[in-house]
Amino acid sequence: MEALIHQVVAGLATGGIYASLALALVMIYQATHLVNFAQGEMAMFSTYLAWTLIDAGMPYWAAFALTIGISFLMGILIERIVIRPVENAPVLAVVTVFIGLLVILNSVAGWIYTYTIKSFPSPFPPGMALGRFMSPHEVGAIGVTLLVLAALWVFFRFTPLGLAMRAAAQNPASSRLVGIRVGWMLALGWGLAAAIGAVAGMMVAPIVYLDPNMMAGVLLYAFAAALLGGIDSPMGAVIGGFVVGVLENLLGAFVIGNELKLSMALVLIIGVLLVRPSGFFGKVHVTRV
Amino acid sequence: MNRKIFLIIILLLIAGGLPFLVSNYRTFQLTLVLVYAIALLGLNILTGYSGQISLGHGAFYALGAYVAAILMDKAGMPYWATVPVAGAACFAAGFLFGLPALRLEGLYLALATFALGVAMPQLLKYPLLEKWTGGVQGIVIQKPDAPALLTAAGIPLNPDRWLYFFTLAVALVMFLLAWNLLRGRVGRALVAIREQHVAAEAMGVNGALYKSAAFGVSAMFTGVAGALGAIAVQFVAPDSFNIFLSITFLVGIVVGGLASIPGALYGALFIQFVPNLADEISKAAPWAIFGVFMIGFVYLMPTGVAGAVRLLTARRRSP
Amino acid sequence: MLLEAKSLRAGYGETQVLHGMDFAIAQGSITALLGANGAGKTTTLRALCAMVKTSGEIRFEGNRIDGRATEDIARLGVAHVPDGRGTFLHLSAEENLRLGAYTRKDRAAVEDDLERMLGYFPVLRERRRQQAGTLSGGEQQMLAVSRALMLRPKLMLLDEPSFGLAPRLVHELFGILRDIRSREKVSMMLVEQNAALALELADQAYLIETGRIVMAGTAEALKRDDSIRKSYLGY
Repeated sequence: MEALIHQVVAGLATGGIYASLALALVMIYQATHLVNFAQGEMAMFSTYLAWTLIDAGMPYWAAFALTIGISFLMGILIERIVIRPVENAPVLAVVTVFIGLLVILNSVAGWIYTYTIKSFPSPFPPGMALGRFMSPHEVGAIGVTLLVLAALWVFFRFTPLGLAMRAAAQNPASSRLVGIRVGWMLALGWGLAAAIGAVAGMMVAPIVYLDPNMMAGVLLYAFAAALLGGIDSPMGAVIGGFVVGVLENLLGAFVIGNELKLSMALVLIIGVLLVRPSGFFGKVHVTRV
Repeated sequence: MNRKIFLIIILLLIAGGLPFLVSNYRTFQLTLVLVYAIALLGLNILTGYSGQISLGHGAFYALGAYVAAILMDKAGMPYWATVPVAGAACFAAGFLFGLPALRLEGLYLALATFALGVAMPQLLKYPLLEKWTGGVQGIVIQKPDAPALLTAAGIPLNPDRWLYFFTLAVALVMFLLAWNLLRGRVGRALVAIREQHVAAEAMGVNGALYKSAAFGVSAMFTGVAGALGAIAVQFVAPDSFNIFLSITFLVGIVVGGLASIPGALYGALFIQFVPNLADEISKAAPWAIFGVFMIGFVYLMPTGVAGAVRLLTARRRSP
Repeated sequence: MLLEAKSLRAGYGETQVLHGMDFAIAQGSITALLGANGAGKTTTLRALCAMVKTSGEIRFEGNRIDGRATEDIARLGVAHVPDGRGTFLHLSAEENLRLGAYTRKDRAAVEDDLERMLGYFPVLRERRRQQAGTLSGGEQQMLAVSRALMLRPKLMLLDEPSFGLAPRLVHELFGILRDIRSREKVSMMLVEQNAALALELADQAYLIETGRIVMAGTAEALKRDDSIRKSYLGY
């Protein structure tokens, strides 16, 4: 029983990370109908940035905040410079650019930081453990994730800018008619997605250790979560993330063992795409001919 | 038309003569170029002609490689027999994967195949399959010698050269097969499905069948390449078939040129030799360079080298 | 002249729809653009807002706006109620209205305007938190017009406001438009297939046929014109 509870809690912790990354994916998808294949590498790069700051002596939360800020700017720059020229290009061209971005970020990180694994600190002190089921980092990660998600919800629901971003994602033509600069809303969306990714990366790094390839598995699970919840539903992405996290841990611990985690994500992705491509909370799309 | 045949003959002559002019190691590299060309041809059939994106073709390459390795290592099959078997196995796998994949368009198919590409190494390392796949260590294969016939006839070929010509022969067969397939009804049907699949169906093209078949054929080509690659490299291991292999193939067709048969060759030359050059700079550099090339080609040369060549030769012909 | 267009050409890709139009909208007027289906009326409004590729000169308050982006033209005070209404279907009615005022800085005045819109169209007050996509056609039309007004525009462009509305609703709407013109001091350009209705409301009118202006004058004059009567007014 204890083992079960621990797996569930650990699942919620990693689930929160998947939820954050899935949310970033959904945000970009909603605005552009594109899946950001490079989301994981962007998060990884941000985490390395944080590591550099911490290694240079900066206190954790200062580095955390600065990394989020820099990642936000990076996201905006990437959208304006790399993505904008291909926004309306055929799918293959866009996918190629995303993969190109993925590959560049991955290799530059490898170049600068080498491929040796580094440890990344957790800001949650050992004394914080709540009972024997949860490690301090797990609790902290869940907390941080929920905070970020709550902040985003408030931003989108209650601020004019958040409203404008939602409008620009849903209906760019009408948004222009009311004076919204749709291009910049897109860039902002990317900035936010990059910032969320940075948080996800910094929360997952203490668990999986920092190395340029650390986000591949996480990204796959985030894809699965986003698809499960509905690729155009933010709430779905969040719920999907927690579900996938718990599922991964339960199946991994009790059913199929830990060696097939990635394959599980693959099966999940294909399964969702076949059975219910719009996910549980997404809208069903009818393509007009 | 005559000019094209003339060029092909020249190319064949060069290809035939090269192994005798360069070192064994270079010959080995050229063998790999041919292997990659076949693999890229496969991916091109799917992505270039049929318009279905695959970010997971490394998985079919891996399947072909492992089938060949296992047959040679565990079943003692001669190397040349494993190639068609690998092809058939991959055709089946591709066709089966293509059936459900039918319902996925563009981005979603890219996502699903991306997942396949990422998950493949883990699948290959699965403990339950270890007694066949050799687990993390993989399988080592013997390098084949030139057939006794040739040595008896007085044409001594060292193993590297023999392998090169063997691969060249298979490559010629595959290129011919592709050319035949694509220039006829099948090719037109695939392009029709790619451009406007509803209209194509309305005209009687069985979209579902063609798309699955395209996946199967594409996987077959790449699987054959995998088998040949395994024989050439004499080694298969799970971590050599990770997502970066699939991405390498993508780079190959973007740089070489989509929907183009010569493009497969240009792309293969690129993906074989550029990393070698880039490695001098840094271990990480090849991929950074690939990434820059990918993005650069999409912006500046979306039709790839093949497209540029077509453009140049077209210009010269007009008065 | 609030808005002037000279040699306006516009089209979609290879097809050119407008072949050199000259027209003007006077300050404080309601100008109608009449014509049959496919004549280019919607394209004209889209051209004014840079929603299609245009060439030629467009001046708003004396400054050239051709070549500027749609959102910049909106920020200058041109509110376009597009054909199809352009409602943000997944947002609430109130959010739709607030988006209309997105570019404005005067918070308090925006709240006043919101109240005033709900005053013009009481049914929207009931449905303010409802998802806009679930509103009826007529309600969405009222929402679209209110959203445009939330911009406090100098010029309002309306594309087929009567489309799909029951006759009673149409009369109600047009009455409100007349009201709005005097109270809000908004100039309007109205595209309508329903010529009779348009000529009742408008001061000035243009007739467009296959991308060219073939007739111009006061609404009164066009109402009395024989060919218009026969072709567009049906008697």
